[in-house]
Order: sequence, then structure tokens, then C-alpha cells
Amino acid sequence: MNLILVSILTLVVIGALSAIILFFVSKKFHVFEDPRIDEVEAALPAANCGGCGFPGCRGFANACVKADTLDGLLCPVGGTETMEKVAEILGKTVVAAVPTVAVVRCGGTCDNRPRKNTYDGVSHCFIAHNLYSGETGCSWGCLGLGDCELSCKFDAIHVNPVTLIPEVDEDKCTSCGACVKACPKMLIELRKKGPKSRRIYVRCMSQDKGAIAKKACDVGCIGCSKCLNVCPHGAITITNNLAFIHDDKCKLCRKCVEVCPTNSIIELNFPPRKVKEEQVLTPKVE
Amino acid sequence: MDKLIISPAPHVHSGDSISKNMQAVIIALMPAYLVALYYFGLGALIVSLTAIISCVLFEYLIQKYILKGENTIKDGSAALTGLLLAFNLPSNIPVYIVIVGSLVAIGVAKMSFGGLGNNPFNPALVARVFLLISFPVAMTSWPVPEALSTHYLDAITAPTTLRNMNFGVQPDTLQLLIGNIGGSMGEVSGLALLLGFVYLLYKKVITWHIPISILATVALFIYILHLAAPQSYIVSPLDYLLSGGLLLGAIYMATDYVTSPMTKKGMLIYGVGIGLLTVIIRISPVYPEGVSFAILIMNAFTPLINTYIKPKRFGEVVKNKK
Amino acid sequence: MKTFRIGGIHPAENKFSAGKKIIKANLPKQVAIPLAHYIGAPSLPIVAKGEFVKVGQLIGKANGFISANVHSSVSGKVNKIDVQLDATGYKRAAVFVEVNGDEWVETIDRSPEVKRECNLTKEEIIKKIAEAGIVGLGGATFPTHVKLSPPPGKKADVLIINAVECESYLTCDHQLMMEKGEEIMIGISILMKALDVKRAIVGIENNKKDAIALFHKLAKDFAGVEVMALKVQYPQGGEKQLIDATIGRQVPSGALPIEVGAVVQNVGTTYAVYEAVQKNKPLFERVITITGKSSKNPGNYLVRLGTMLSEVVDQAGGVPADTGKIVGGGPMMGRSLMTLDVPMAKGSAGVLFMQDTESVRNKTQNCIRCSKCVNVCPMGLEPYLLMNQSEREMWPEMEKDRVMDCIECGSCSYTCPSNRALLDYIRFGKSTVGGIIRSRQIKK
Repeated sequence: MNLILVSILTLVVIGALSAIILFFVSKKFHVFEDPRIDEVEAALPAANCGGCGFPGCRGFANACVKADTLDGLLCPVGGTETMEKVAEILGKTVVAAVPTVAVVRCGGTCDNRPRKNTYDGVSHCFIAHNLYSGETGCSWGCLGLGDCELSCKFDAIHVNPVTLIPEVDEDKCTSCGACVKACPKMLIELRKKGPKSRRIYVRCMSQDKGAIAKKACDVGCIGCSKCLNVCPHGAITITNNLAFIHDDKCKLCRKCVEVCPTNSIIELNFPPRKVKEEQVLTPKVE
Repeated sequence: MDKLIISPAPHVHSGDSISKNMQAVIIALMPAYLVALYYFGLGALIVSLTAIISCVLFEYLIQKYILKGENTIKDGSAALTGLLLAFNLPSNIPVYIVIVGSLVAIGVAKMSFGGLGNNPFNPALVARVFLLISFPVAMTSWPVPEALSTHYLDAITAPTTLRNMNFGVQPDTLQLLIGNIGGSMGEVSGLALLLGFVYLLYKKVITWHIPISILATVALFIYILHLAAPQSYIVSPLDYLLSGGLLLGAIYMATDYVTSPMTKKGMLIYGVGIGLLTVIIRISPVYPEGVSFAILIMNAFTPLINTYIKPKRFGEVVKNKK
Repeated sequence: MKTFRIGGIHPAENKFSAGKKIIKANLPKQVAIPLAHYIGAPSLPIVAKGEFVKVGQLIGKANGFISANVHSSVSGKVNKIDVQLDATGYKRAAVFVEVNGDEWVETIDRSPEVKRECNLTKEEIIKKIAEAGIVGLGGATFPTHVKLSPPPGKKADVLIINAVECESYLTCDHQLMMEKGEEIMIGISILMKALDVKRAIVGIENNKKDAIALFHKLAKDFAGVEVMALKVQYPQGGEKQLIDATIGRQVPSGALPIEVGAVVQNVGTTYAVYEAVQKNKPLFERVITITGKSSKNPGNYLVRLGTMLSEVVDQAGGVPADTGKIVGGGPMMGRSLMTLDVPMAKGSAGVLFMQDTESVRNKTQNCIRCSKCVNVCPMGLEPYLLMNQSEREMWPEMEKDRVMDCIECGSCSYTCPSNRALLDYIRFGKSTVGGIIRSRQIKK
């Protein structure tokens, strides 16, 4: 009986002492933080993806509180909705950002771009890229080893096992830019999502001359300039045998898609055309 | 000719594999196994087969049904763990204890950490210590050696040489070498174990650093103790090295790849630590044998040793021309 | 017998083409002479389409200090200056010449007599070497005249000739030594003059006993030249390892051999120096080994620069039917070729046919922490740790663990019982950390 009493008393005393010490220490070493940082952080999606350019959501919250205006600060995952909430908490204004999405600029599927050798190294795009130009005749195209898939925290990009080209799930893509950095061939671009998610882009990054590009891949851009000539808005430029559609000028009229001889220009999420069966384009996902 | 294969250099390989190394250790343990079968007969056979089969079986089952991944029983590491576990047990131990031991060795000490290469502690030793603490009586009754014995659970037991040493009985060096003494199955014959050591060195499976540093530390320590108190420490360093599970531990358990340090200097530190701890535990009144605990304690230090002890770098020494 | 002190492995030698006399490869119909080099800036072409060039004519000028001249290896009309897929797996600039006859530039001395005397000054020698476009023929293709011009304040006291040929299968250096021993010796004395050193050591591995005996005999007539037989071990041909083996000095981390007073030159480069200085012959051809376990006719061939490897291989008996992989260079550090339609470059030392059974890597397993990779690393690194760090992108830690010291010899991947791709990840880490270091230096 005595023993139990002594044990309980001892533990109570130890517990009380520890509590008092902890109380004083927490007061002495308390770090002052603007309470608004906590509020802003709570409004953020808590993905900690780094897409905003800051280390985690807390880093972004910190930057928002300390900044004078919210210009240049955008959470790509939360988008305009989240930025408006943040603006409300901080009493600042925010400009609506244009939604963007990741786009893979390579059409070199196994059908379009025949494989010439077998890669037997580590399945890592950066390592294969350092080693050689790839399993096909096009040294600019996708290696298909999935560094982009590994880098995505939102499960939004996957390498299609049949075509060996990555495909972006535009509902999940938050435009954080991780895949853009992960691709050693720099094939992924963040482009405007477009009205009704419609967009047009060139699915090629090859700077090889036309004949060489065509030999390596059926849908390679040969730099023939037909698209440039037909575009009524001056949205297309051609550099180093490669066409590029500027999405700030493109009005989605689709004239370039019709004239491209190698089918290298892709239109996404448009309603199917009425005629011209030989120009049937692959819908939705690329 | 199919499509050419492209891969980064190097394009040749030595042909070494995990299974080759495991096979070499198993072969090195064969002399000791034969001695065990000779002196402990049926018991040795039953315990060793149970241990090996149950270890392999547990690894297969865990990898198939719990981890749902590929099975790696072909690499021989589970079989080796089973054999080493058996060597650490007395030959009259009941089958169910052996199976529990295998489950702890494979399930707890190896698979739960991520399989081969990820375990911080030697699985066979974890199992042995677990069994020692859980079944102290069964684990400390050692059969007397009897040529081609057909006894198993009914074997006659007696205190071992190691235990008798603590009571002032001088061991017979020859018996220690041959193995005609009581003890765990695999630890009795010093000669057989040393033969295996030579084979492992020849096959370049292990280097001399860990076993020699352990044995040298133990010999030196016990010699110093003998000089300090000749009445209390009567055993010669040689006999001390040959008795108990020290040779088995130093050559086969401490040199386990996964749980030992990666650099030569680190291995020497590790060996000295094991040697010191072995003697300290042996001379303490609690346990007669300290090797298992010593190795497990030093296993805990291996990551620390790996972090701070780096190999000799090229360019650190710039000698003048000869 | 001496050798380097840290690490090393002993792969099977497989020197099937040993003792095969050097055969002059047939002249091809067209060549694509690479203007790009492995190390240094690509050369600038100075010929135009349609121009007729002769053998030995300068067609590409060195672009900067670390670059080399390029000379035509054939006579004929320049077809075009365009990109060509080369052994690196990428398309790079080359001069395409349609071969017409075999007309050489008049200044080249084509007589077979061995010319002993060299009365040029040190500066003239280095100038001639630079003009001849000589680069390290051991594989690294570092411009030789740069190596022979130490930075101010640093002086060499010993010249080391790398006649080790530590890679399996390759025998081009060995055969060159047996056939052109005296010329090589003269080349050594010329290099000694260029570096102003009194002592030269020729390091030869002990599996080339005939070369050791021959050179011992020849060295008697050349003051200051010592022939040293070395214990066979890979990678003894790495210059840091060779310096440690021959003179016991270890080049500190991040430094060049000149820091310990040594300059290393490959024996093939030495022969090219002899030809350039004594015979006015620039570098436009070299000996390569064509070999393999199933190769019908393994041998050593003297090939003109820019010749497509497919043409030479046809001469050597063609590609064996069971070939799974074709390696340009030796099996430890060579590059696997996408196709044989690549031009022979100055750094090509061999073409190796690997059988299909040995071309595919075994399955990778967990690291079992056996420390064999640590034991064999000649630079004293910990490959298992560097691979782990590379997988987790721990770049600052890799830099601290000396990843930049790695010479990419491949001993670690060769030894690993779990078939882990150690060198692949270490190389990746090296290139990333190298980029970080360079950007740090630019910021300063």
C-alpha cells in the first residue's frame, strides 16, 4: 500500500516539475510569428508541391504576408479561387491568372517513330539522355522512361505503355512545372488551357532538317512553313526547322492543323470536323 | 541480328552474385556441420533441417502473401540464416522453438526492415537472443557429444566447457579443436570453423579484418586480465578463443555483409568493440557467453561507423618519388 | 612488381588480337571526318564544298586553346560540311569527302627510314605538335600541345608513357609497340625535350612480356628512359593510377598530374608525335583493334580518320551473327554504338562485338552492403553511398563525398554482386554536381 502511494506521489511530482519547466521554456524561447501566416496557410491546398516557387505552403504563406502586393504570387494548384481567399485575409487585391496546363510536345509514338535499338540501362530519362540520343532516329524526342511521371505529385502525367509517350490528365494537372523541369529533352511546356480547354500546339521539338525529321518520325515537324503562311493571326514562327505556335496570339481557328502535311499540329478538345477523313486527328489525350 | 542493345559502360561483369557468396559461406560451414552431425547425430539433423526449411518457407510466404512482391529465396540468404540459426542452438531443442526462432529471424529481423540489405541486426543472432530470453531453460541445456548419437530430445545434458571455465576447470585444447565438447551445434569444433575461415578468405568472400580484430582483442584482453589476477583468470588465451561461440561468431556472424561496416578501418573498430564486449559479458556473472550480445550491440554502431569512418582516399598521401 | 595502391580489379584479358600484325585498312569510298572532339571546342572548317583536298591537308582549324586541328585523311572532293551521327550517339559536325586516289601533301616525308635526330627547340616541337592536330589517343583525346604546356609556375620532372593498355580485348597499343618500337623511343625523347625533363618511364603491364623485353633493349640507346614492368591490374591506364604505380605520387583531388610534376602520354600519341615532328605527318590515321569472342578475324587495323566503322569491320570478317551489342573502345569504358555507320574518330581505339548472352545486364537486386565496391574503387570512394545519394538527389552530400574524384572506370559496377547500376547513377550525380559547381564559379 505504502509502495503504491510512494510510486504515485513520485510520478506526480516528476510530472508537475516537467510541466512547469516546459511552460517556462516555451515562454522563454517563443518565436513570434505573424498570426496571419497561419491563416493564409490554412487557406492553401496544403500540397507542398513547390509550384509557387516557394518551399512548401508555409513558405508561400510567409511570402504573401511579407509582400506588398500579391502580383507575381500565384498558387497554381489552388488557382484564382485560393488567391482570392488569400487576398481577402490579407486585405490585398489579386489579378485573375490565366489557367495553364502541361503539354507534351512529342508525337513520336511507337507507331510513328520506329525503334532502332534497345536501351538496357537504368530506367531514368536523364541517364539515358546523357548516354545517347535515344532508341529512335530522332534525337530530340521523348525517351519514354518516365521521369516526368515520377516527378508529378498530382498523378497527372503517365507514360502510356503502348505508345511510350506521356499523357497529361488535364483535370489533375495543376501546372506546378515539376514535369517541365524533369524532362531532359525539355519537351513539356506549360501552355494556356484555352477556352473550353481547347488548345493547339505543335507536337514536335525536332530541329533536324525536314528530310531527316520525316525519316525518323511520321509526325515530325519538317519546317515547311505551310502553317506560318496560312495563319491569319501571325501566331506561328519557325526557327531551326521547327514551328512554334504562340498561344497569346493563337485564336484557335485551326487553319494550320488542316494544312500540316505531316499531321504534326494537334488540336485538343475540339468537336470533330464534318469532312476530310484523312485528316482525322487523335482526340483528347496525347 | 536483332536490334542492337545500348547501355552505359561497363559492358562486362565479374559474374559475382549474391547466391555465389551465400553458397561459399554454406560450403565453408560444411566441416562444422559434419562435426555437428557426428557428435550430435539425429538431434543436429532435425534441428538444422527444421531451421533451414522453416526459414526458407517463411521468407517465401511473407514475400508472397504479405509483401506481395517477388520472392528471393533463390539467393540463398534465407537458407544461410537457417543454417546459422541452427548452429547457434543446442541440438536437443524442440522443433517448435526452432520454428519460432526462424519466424523471428526472417519475419522480424529481416523482412520487416525491407528484406536483404536493409536489416540493421544480424537475423540469426536476433533469433538466438530472442529464444535465449524466451526459453532460457531449453536454450541452456547442452547435450554431451556422443559419436553418431541417435538421441534427440532425450539427449543427456551437462554443463559446457565455457561454464566450467568459470568454475576454474581448465579445458582440453585438443577437444576444443576437434569438437568433442558440449555446446551449441555449430560452435564446438574450432578446427572445422577455422577451415571454413581459410576457405572464405580464399574465395574472397570476407577479409581478415573483422575475425582477426575480434580474436586479437579477446586474446589480448584476457591475457591482460590473467596478468592482473592470475588466480581468477586461469584459462590460456588460445583456449579462451576456442571455447564457446567465439569462433563461430567472429568468423561467420560478425562478418555478415549487411550488418558490418563498409571500410577496413571501420571493420577493425567494429572487431575491437565486439572483442571487448565479449570479454566483459563473459567475465560477468550473468551470462557465460557474450558473443551474440556483443555482435548485436556493435551492429547498432555500424551505421555510425559507416558515417564517420571513410576509406583512404586517393590523393590524401603524397609521397616523394622513390 | 609495382602497381597502384588503392583498389583495382582483374577482368579477363581476352586479348584475341594479340600478336596480329597491323593491317592497313582499305581506302574507303567516302569519309566523314569529325570536326568535334570529345574534349575541347569543335574545330572550324576551312574548306568549302567542291574543294579538292589532299591527304594531310588542314581542313579544320583549332577553335581556341583547348581544341585541335583536323587534317584530311584522304584525297578527294569535299562533298559537304554537315552533321553526322558519331560514336557519342549524337549528330555532330563533320567534313564529308568523296575519296579520289591517294594524293598526299608534298611536305610529308613518306620514306620508311627511322629518323633519329631532332634538332628543334622545345617551342618548335610543341608548335609542330599543335599544328599536326595531335590529341591523346588513349581515348580522352585531350589536345597534346596543351598537356605539354604547363601553366606558369608548374614544371614537370618526369614523363610517363602509358603503354599499359589495361582494357580487356584491346591490343592496338601493344602491336604498335612491337612494330614501331624505335620510332616510339624517338618520340619519347622528343617529348622529353618538349617538357624539358631528364627522366621518362615507360609503364608496361606484365602481360606484354615481349614488349617489355623489346623496350628494355631499345631503352639502352636512349638516355633517361626507364622501362617499368607493372603488375596487371585495371585501371592502371588511368593517368592518376599510373603515376601512383610508377613513381608513387598521388595526384591530389581536383588537381592535374602536373601538380606532382608528372605528365602522362599514351604510347600511340607518342608515335604520332614522332611522325609529326620527324616526318611532318599530321594525325589522320590510327590503329584500332577489331575483336570479340565470336569475331572471325580479330586484328589490328590502321584506319584513316572518318572511315565508317562498318567498312573496316567488313574487312575484318564482318559482324558475328550472335552479336548483341557493339562497343566502341574497351569493355569497361567504351560506348555502345547505335550503329556501325559512324566515322572513326581520333579517340576510337577498338570495335568490340559482344555476344547476345553477355550483352544484357542481369537483374538489379538490393544492395547487400558487401563493401566490394569500396574495396575495388581506385579513387577510394564509396560507390554504394554515392549511388544512394544520387537516387535521392542529395547533391551537396555527394560533393562532400568526393563524387567529382570519380574517374568512371567502372570497377564498382563490374564487381557488384547485386548487379547494381552504380556507375550510371554516379555519372548522373557527377554531371549534376559538376553543373552546380560551375554555376557557383560563374556567380563569383
